[in-house]
Amino acid sequence: MRTMSYRDAIRAAMLEEMRRDPAVVVFCEDARFWTMPTNGFVDEFGPDRVPIMPISEEGFTGAAIGAAMTGLRPIVDYTISNLMYVAWDQLVNHAAKNRYLFGGQTSVPIVFRAAMKYANATAAQHSDRPYPQLMNVPGLKIVVPSTPADALGLLKSAIRDDDPVVYFEPLMLWGRKGEVPDGDHLVPIGRAAVAREGSDVTVVAIGDAVPAALTVAEHLAGEGIEVEVIDPRTLVPLDTAAILDSVAKTGRLVVADPAHRTCGAAAEISARVAEEGFDSLRAPIVRVTAPDVHPPFSPVLERLMYPTPERIHAAVRAVLRNASTAATAAAAGELIGR
Amino acid sequence: MDTDLQLDALRRMVRIRRFEEAAMSIVRKGQGIAGSVHICIGQEGAIVGSCLALRREDYMVGYHRSHGHPIAKGADMGPLMAELMGRATGVCRGKGGSMHLADFSVGSLGETAIVGAGIPQAVGAAYSARVRGTDQVALAFFGDGAANIGSFHEGLNLAAAWNLGVVFVCENNLYAMSTALADTMAADSIAARAAAYRMPGIEVDGQDVGAVHEAVSAAVERGRAGGGPTLVEARTYRYRDHAEYGTLDLGHRAVEELEQWRTRDPIDLLRARLLDSGVDVALLDQLDADVAAEVAAAVTFAKRSPMPAPEELYEDLWATPIEPSPRRDAVPVAGAAR
Ligand SMILES: Cc1ncc(C[n+]2csc(CCOP(=O)(O)OP(=O)(O)O)c2C)c(N)n1
Ligand SMILES: [Mg+2]
Repeated sequence: MRTMSYRDAIRAAMLEEMRRDPAVVVFCEDARFWTMPTNGFVDEFGPDRVPIMPISEEGFTGAAIGAAMTGLRPIVDYTISNLMYVAWDQLVNHAAKNRYLFGGQTSVPIVFRAAMKYANATAAQHSDRPYPQLMNVPGLKIVVPSTPADALGLLKSAIRDDDPVVYFEPLMLWGRKGEVPDGDHLVPIGRAAVAREGSDVTVVAIGDAVPAALTVAEHLAGEGIEVEVIDPRTLVPLDTAAILDSVAKTGRLVVADPAHRTCGAAAEISARVAEEGFDSLRAPIVRVTAPDVHPPFSPVLERLMYPTPERIHAAVRAVLRNASTAATAAAAGELIGR
Repeated sequence: MDTDLQLDALRRMVRIRRFEEAAMSIVRKGQGIAGSVHICIGQEGAIVGSCLALRREDYMVGYHRSHGHPIAKGADMGPLMAELMGRATGVCRGKGGSMHLADFSVGSLGETAIVGAGIPQAVGAAYSARVRGTDQVALAFFGDGAANIGSFHEGLNLAAAWNLGVVFVCENNLYAMSTALADTMAADSIAARAAAYRMPGIEVDGQDVGAVHEAVSAAVERGRAGGGPTLVEARTYRYRDHAEYGTLDLGHRAVEELEQWRTRDPIDLLRARLLDSGVDVALLDQLDADVAAEVAAAVTFAKRSPMPAPEELYEDLWATPIEPSPRRDAVPVAGAAR
């Protein structure tokens, strides 16, 4: 085992794969900047594999697609997830669709890295969690690791995968340290992790909601309540079986997701459990999400947005009471009486 | 510029500098400015020379490094400082912060955290003026890095094709974050790109507020008279790091380069010129003292202002909120006629 931060795990994954496979290239603005996990790469791999990028997101995303269809495996780092919106056409209309449109003649092996900077007082244009929007686009695999080990193993798997993979990084987890297995550590895409076992309530948590849910589980264990925390890790394709198995055991589901409520990952997970696991449910499902407003700049407002341990705790309590949908929603979702 | 206008220019430049110094001090002392803060000190000549060429009702669009631009356009500094501090009295009520100052009362249509995104919006404002039959012009500020993004090219082409009164002012400070312009652009002039769109492209010394004012005034007058758009490239320099990271790290910039530019400081140059032309030094000292008092008052206003109340998280999303339809009285499910 080695101990490393989430950020260093991302760096290690790219380094290991670039050393292994000369087809792996990196497209990133300011790749040499000291804050970037790619700092120093140009010295080792040269300016052909780490070209200097103009501020041209649409252009270099298209270039990555062209390169990917002709034998390279680009890692496109948007540095801030919102910046991928500038490249939306290339991402949604081309990276996701080309293989299908061309009847399977080609594939588009690109990893799109997107650091999500929310809860950081950078206001709405730098604070999004865009994965729900892309979950609506067939043809993109989507991962959101929450630990250094998964950050490393999923990034390496994503680089080796032949399809476009969008890799979302909650920036606030970058500094978190954890143990990472030695050797060629790969985490399969499409497999959830049981972050903590429990028998009373299932909390499916995404991104930085995972550590928040684990905090709640720890706390409630002291009162004899056993919370099972499931980290899907991959949102597309979603490991529905792992979630249904957990709910079959606990009969109660809370979904904690820092993205917006409407048509979000939490909505999709809830719908699948309602459709396929209805018989297991002993209480209404409760979602703990961001409300459908933009992240405001002012930190006093922004901190009300996301699934904090307090909000997850209230939701777990509510499903344990078998409270009605209205009561659970009031307890869990609605921060300040709306 | 006559002496009165020069004094006005000096006052505005000193306002910007003192305002930003105050903001930097608040950041450094951890007194309540969160998030990314991009300082424009060193570039005041380009900013003020351009804004002074505009009327109050003309439009101006800024970018991420734009504390100075609304100040130059005549905005009140108190609400700007309160915005940086995320206060309820902020010019955007705490929703936008440093990268999104906007003061519509002085024609400042707002700033974007997405490089280049403001450029076509200025084009739209000029278009609107023509459709509405006013003679307002629109001015878009942006950096050298923005000249490589699609919205720059699309915006310039639209303005030229529609012959609109837009002035595009590129503050070329030689770098986009850590990336030198020379590494991302084969050509050595941004102004030269204007020719491809059939508009005048003018290079001007951005440290000379008078020269900027002259060039932009000519562009504004032409635009107002129906003569179409102009691209002005002001060569300038930022003294600070890309953003305030805590320490000044010049990164890839040489300290000699910074020192060289400091010898051509826009405020010092204008001050010297005024003294040469016989303006009494006491008058300039008074101006400095007045501005210091104004900035101190702005800081006091901001610090004494309340934080936004939690309900404000939900405000300002809709111009026309739609009330949800009320639920009919709940009907028992079993055997109920629906
Ligand atoms: C579309 C987009 N890409 C990248 C970024 C990240 N970014 C923020 S500022 C910046 C550099 C901008 O350089 P320039 O336009 O020259 O303005 P300056 O910072 O020098 O004032 C970059 C790359 C962004 N905000 N938006
Ligand atoms: Mg620049």
